[in-house]
Amino acid sequence: MTDQLWTYFFVGLTFSIYIGIALWSRVTSTNEFYVAGYDVHPTINGMATAADWMSAASFLSMAGLIAFMGYGGSVYLMGWTGGYVLLALLLAPFLREFGKFTVPDFVGDRYYSTSARVIAVICALFVSFTYIAGQMKGVGVAFSGFLGIPYEWGIIIGMVIVFFYAVLGGMKGITYTQVAQYVVLIFAYTVPAIFISLIITGQVIPQIGFVSNMAGADASMLETLNQTVTALGFLEYTSTDKSMFDMFAITGALMFGTAGLPHVIIRFFTVPTASAARISAGWALMFIALLYTTAPAVGAFARINFINTVNEATYITDDQDYSEAAADIRASGGKPVPDWYKDWEKTGLLAFEDVNGDGRMQYRGPEAPDGVNNEVTPNRDIFVLANPQIAQLPGWVIGLVVAGGLAAALSTAAGLLMVISSAISHDICRRTLFPEMNDQTELRVARLAAAAAVLAAGILGIFASQLGFVAQVVAFAFGLAAASLFPVIFLGIFWKRMNKQGAIASMLIGLISTFSYIYYFKFGGGSPEQWLFGVSPEGIGFVFMFASLAIGLIVAVITPPPPQAVQDMVEDIRVPEQLNLKRTVGRQAGPTTG
Amino acid sequence: MAETDGGNSRQAYWRATIGLTCRLLLIWFIASFGAGILFRDFLDQFHIGGAPLGFWFAQNGAIYIFVSLIFYYCFAMARLERKHNIKRDHND
Repeated sequence: MTDQLWTYFFVGLTFSIYIGIALWSRVTSTNEFYVAGYDVHPTINGMATAADWMSAASFLSMAGLIAFMGYGGSVYLMGWTGGYVLLALLLAPFLREFGKFTVPDFVGDRYYSTSARVIAVICALFVSFTYIAGQMKGVGVAFSGFLGIPYEWGIIIGMVIVFFYAVLGGMKGITYTQVAQYVVLIFAYTVPAIFISLIITGQVIPQIGFVSNMAGADASMLETLNQTVTALGFLEYTSTDKSMFDMFAITGALMFGTAGLPHVIIRFFTVPTASAARISAGWALMFIALLYTTAPAVGAFARINFINTVNEATYITDDQDYSEAAADIRASGGKPVPDWYKDWEKTGLLAFEDVNGDGRMQYRGPEAPDGVNNEVTPNRDIFVLANPQIAQLPGWVIGLVVAGGLAAALSTAAGLLMVISSAISHDICRRTLFPEMNDQTELRVARLAAAAAVLAAGILGIFASQLGFVAQVVAFAFGLAAASLFPVIFLGIFWKRMNKQGAIASMLIGLISTFSYIYYFKFGGGSPEQWLFGVSPEGIGFVFMFASLAIGLIVAVITPPPPQAVQDMVEDIRVPEQLNLKRTVGRQAGPTTG
Repeated sequence: MAETDGGNSRQAYWRATIGLTCRLLLIWFIASFGAGILFRDFLDQFHIGGAPLGFWFAQNGAIYIFVSLIFYYCFAMARLERKHNIKRDHND
């Protein structure tokens, strides 16, 4: 079979599985639609959370980002995993004990306020729509790059698939398709990584290859990489040009942003108890760590491979016959441009401009010691996509990687759709506008909202290709979640005295300040010299999170405390239900032990 | 009588939970912001295999510690709940 046939085979096979799961998991009540009936096993939920969380950006872009940024890429590795510790220790078990359907649900009830609920809905919708545009774009790119299907049609196919399981099965359908998608994506990520690790370091496990010597040499892989890149005029791989405070702030913004992302939080509403939510967060991070600890190895190996195969290779133009020209170049002792390069050149992810006219490809950094100008510009997504071909792996691995990329994008899109549709049907329609609505009507509205959200996401994805700012606006999602949602949820659990006024002030300050800062520096023409404390827009959510916490505290202290019933509710979510029973009913009359 | 005992037990349980959470968050901070960023240059004089230690913490080590922290938290909370007579269901 050719590479393309394998790709069709894997994409077709995985999509049939997703549709099969959708048909099997149809739901009949809002309880099942929003939280899968509170009945998901913690390990299963951990796996679904991992797929929910790992998006097209994690799967396709992250290793490439690390390959280019070296040590600077660590902000993504620590930021996107460390958030789970915050989630497990500070939020997930308590929100599960609260036992409702959505994040705005908690904000609205805890702060006994419809305004607070609506502001939380706005934050959740803003975060989710920004995020989903990137996923749909990823789906479109995968289809158009590999299967020759037009970008828009790729998005429409993706929409139809998501429509099936999100509208029919709600959270239940999404949960079980995400489990299948996790298996597909982790397999697709680790298989090429293992082969490449074997080739470069002789180690089977990429995480061990990462700290090992080059195969058959006495120098460590990272030291060799450092020497290679500095000789070409790049920054040393294990260093960065970011300031320490900026590294600190970006890592913080990504961690607290991760903990405050509604589509991650709602996954922990689906397990039976608070203690199940805790262990489920552990499983989720373990499944995520499988990919995240492999990624730095993939990044470093990819950088070595790219330099070895491309730098100083003799270019072959499109009007030459590739295999003949390559044989000629080899016969004269030269290095022909690799065939995977020619394949990927068509997608525009690689560009070569023969500046000095010698017919060879010079890959150089900004300060090359030999004074040669750079001629090759790779896109960061190329490293994961072309990895199997660079390592000369069989065609089926390439098909698998495409299916894995689509699984990563679709699973995240589905989780986001759930946040959008439940915010509209539950928080806006049922809890704010039409409190009389019955369960069956709400379920119909929820399905309708999910269908509308799929459509909106698809249109956003199609627009995103023309605007081309998706990668930039992702900074919005984390910054906003960290500065607007995290503080009110955290204070709502850990400070009984936190009240409505404080919560509204805190959310508004976080939302407005972060939005304005990012907007000004991304689209409003601000320059890095004007950065507040030298913090880039990616990290500003961390700084404004503290502002939002402080404002919330001050406003709450000078306004009346929350009603007693709300304070009792906070008591109840802090302590698991079994002990509450003992307090209120006094069923176990014997003296307390211990 | 039962109510007062319950109340005290609840307070003790919550205090213990907060204490555990603070200790674990301290480790979380040291492993990531500390080892990976603030003390990175100092740690880089040591090596784990072929990788400078601070760099390794930032790209791999912190993640292993995060995973262990959450599982330890589950274990410690289960112990705490037993101590305070909270029955756990066996779904996990």
